[in-house]
Amino acid sequence: MITCLYFAWVRERIGCDEESLSPPSEVGNLHQFLDWLSRKSAAHAHALSDPTILRFAINQDYATMDSPIKKGDEVAIFPPVTGG
Amino acid sequence: MDEMAHIRVQKDPFDVAQELAALQKKGADMGALVSFTGLVREFDDDRRITKLTLEHYPAMTKRQLHAIAAEAEARFSLVHCRVIHRFGPLHPGDPIVLVITAARHRKAAFEGAEFLMDWLKTKAPFWKKEESSNGSQWVAAQESDDLAAQKWTAPTVKPNGQ
Repeated sequence: MITCLYFAWVRERIGCDEESLSPPSEVGNLHQFLDWLSRKSAAHAHALSDPTILRFAINQDYATMDSPIKKGDEVAIFPPVTGG
Repeated sequence: MDEMAHIRVQKDPFDVAQELAALQKKGADMGALVSFTGLVREFDDDRRITKLTLEHYPAMTKRQLHAIAAEAEARFSLVHCRVIHRFGPLHPGDPIVLVITAARHRKAAFEGAEFLMDWLKTKAPFWKKEESSNGSQWVAAQESDDLAAQKWTAPTVKPNGQ
């Protein structure tokens, strides 16, 4: 099971702030996870259509497309941050 | 490391004078205290802002702010630092963020505060939604913020996870 969190307009487009997901075993990195996730619904496809305008974290650390994903991880998908 | 850095993420306002006084009490080994307060602007270009709502990712915010503070302390030999960041609904004139650095000399305190703000802006997971005369929209990240953060040549995590 993977916990997937969404923030800001990604959350609004997908329509929820958190999902528990069980991707197939061949999903081993962030790139593969996003491919799989964007096929989940039209809303997911819309939110994830351009990964270059998104940022990702795995277990609260920034991640890149080749970062490994395993069972129990917390994945977060969000736009570039605008704090301060 | 956590003892030196005092990090808070809260809905409530903060009192700058009170925070400065609290930090000053930490010890006499400081010759300089620098504080920066970020406020909600009333106008952004031609838009009149009525409300700014900050959303964040609590677990990651805590982790990132501690990492950023630890990096600042190490780089600038800060004696102490304090970071307070608000979330939730805010209005023009409201304080959003407070950074205080304490160092033996002013240069380190000034630079440490600037570094903390530059890194915080590009790494701490906060997002702003603005309500203005033009309706409601998510505030876009500024390239100028990324460039400001890059000038410190981040050794570990790059700004905005790029």
